[in-house]
Amino acid sequence: MTERSAAGVPRGPFAAAVAAARARGELVVQPRMGFGDPAAMRAGLDAVARARAATAATVTLDSYTRVGDHAAARRALADGSPLNGYPIVDHPPEVTRWVLAAAHRHDVPVQVRHGSARPEQIFAALLRTGVDATEGGPVSYCLPYSRVPLRDAVDSWARCCAGYTRLRDLGVEPHLESFGGCLLGQLCPPSLLLAVAVLEGMFFRQHGLRSVSLSYAQQTSPKQDEEALAALRRLIDELLPDLDSHVVLYTYMGVYPRTTEGALRLLGTAARLAVRGGAARLIVKTPAEAHRIPTVEENVAALEHAARAAAAEQPAPAEVPDTGIYAEARTLIEAVLELSEDVGIALRRAFARGYLDIPYCLHPDNAGQARGYITDRGRLAWSRAGRMPVTVDRSAAGRPVEMTSDGLLAALSYVANRHDSVPPPVVGPGPTTALPATEFNRQRAQKPAVP
Amino acid sequence: MTVLAPVQPAATGGGRTVLLGTVSSDAHTWNLVYLQLLLEEAGHRVINLGACVPEELFAAECRRSNPDLVVVSSVNGHGCTDGKRLAAVLRADPALADVPIVIGGKLGVDGSLTGAQVAELFAAGYTAVFDDGADRDRFLEYLGRLELVAADRSA
Repeated sequence: MTERSAAGVPRGPFAAAVAAARARGELVVQPRMGFGDPAAMRAGLDAVARARAATAATVTLDSYTRVGDHAAARRALADGSPLNGYPIVDHPPEVTRWVLAAAHRHDVPVQVRHGSARPEQIFAALLRTGVDATEGGPVSYCLPYSRVPLRDAVDSWARCCAGYTRLRDLGVEPHLESFGGCLLGQLCPPSLLLAVAVLEGMFFRQHGLRSVSLSYAQQTSPKQDEEALAALRRLIDELLPDLDSHVVLYTYMGVYPRTTEGALRLLGTAARLAVRGGAARLIVKTPAEAHRIPTVEENVAALEHAARAAAAEQPAPAEVPDTGIYAEARTLIEAVLELSEDVGIALRRAFARGYLDIPYCLHPDNAGQARGYITDRGRLAWSRAGRMPVTVDRSAAGRPVEMTSDGLLAALSYVANRHDSVPPPVVGPGPTTALPATEFNRQRAQKPAVP
Repeated sequence: MTVLAPVQPAATGGGRTVLLGTVSSDAHTWNLVYLQLLLEEAGHRVINLGACVPEELFAAECRRSNPDLVVVSSVNGHGCTDGKRLAAVLRADPALADVPIVIGGKLGVDGSLTGAQVAELFAAGYTAVFDDGADRDRFLEYLGRLELVAADRSA
């Protein structure tokens, strides 16, 4: 009954659905979505499952569940206070199964997303309800967004991974995604994103997982991102060939364009990047992103928009220009793996020694010596390496670029400003198709016809 | 994010110790990174406590570092609620009765705070409140005035 990858590795429903879409040449598109009320969550899953696209559905958990404050989650359920996600630990398992069935009856897989550095209770709830896909990691859900000591997060994730493999007792192969390719979302050069994602994949494997996905978040330069995705696929082939795996791309995670046109253009770029770079799955964002939490309808529109953009794109030729992302990521990975046979211990030692150092991350276990910046060509580069084995990009003056407060604001808004500053499109029928087929016009042409 | 006018911070003054942090529920840190750079460019020494600072930790760091100024920055919408609790904990310690404590960011869930909410923050013990829309210049002007007060005190 269990489907298997070419390498003979079993796949659960989530991994099998992604593999099937990839075999058909379709990109799987997936939203972020979570509601405290089971009926609203079920309706959201149903809408995602019915979208005109190859979708994966999402159950995002609320922030009380994320930090383990279950008393607060239960209080909110009891008095009807709104929650910003689905409290999977505190809803009865049969309620959660009823919710999930909305996607499953359309053969659409579901991933639970949570953001927890210590997710024991969440994984226990996944086992109770048979959820076969979730995400995170001991580094990616600890250093950027919590104060939990890295040592505790590593121990917790090791226990959770081992526990999750017991889903096999139900005949289901669990799938785990590393969030390591996102980190703080902005100003981290790609080599470190790749290294953390691959190392978390190796950590998952050490603790029993056989089916994984590795993430990468869209950054400031499509060309650099395309090279990064090619490097990530090569690293997976070399270092994780024994696993079932795929690459998931995140639409830009930083300050989002404020205009609808700018937001859709950025989403379209992400969809085409996913196809060109060989990603099998794309996490989308909506034009509401800069302003508020999107509605179900806005999410469905974004999923369909991304699917249309992806369908019009072709995978990139095998050779992409190599500026050294692969070599730098590989060097980082090897520097970490030399510290211990145990990947968790190696990761802890690597951060303690500064061999891994997330730029602008304030967590006490992060060395905080490294800095990234955006070059005048729009690429991410290192201005300070700290103790990492990476190459510092020097300005024309021969000195590394120092980040100032003004410079930081400009860098954080770089992508949003570039996409918002596009001239308004020509309104009305006719002229748009006559214009040169730039990226922008292709996107316009794929939008539903407006009378 | 509010776009700020390109004004250079005052080159004079500085030299104060600033303890910088956020409320216990807030995982955002880019605001803290930005403020650290801004304060350092103004010549101050910054101790940045990072994300999700528990009230007790904030108070302990205050006692340890004896700062000239405490800056609380929050953008998750819980800043008003959580910020009042934080100020109460800090002001409950006699050793922290006089240190200036300021709060800023996106402090409410629904845009700007009401006048009553701002008054509650002052009543809880804040020396200044920089709600959503307050720009960098107002903050720097406040820092400048703080310098004058400090200079007067030492004179």
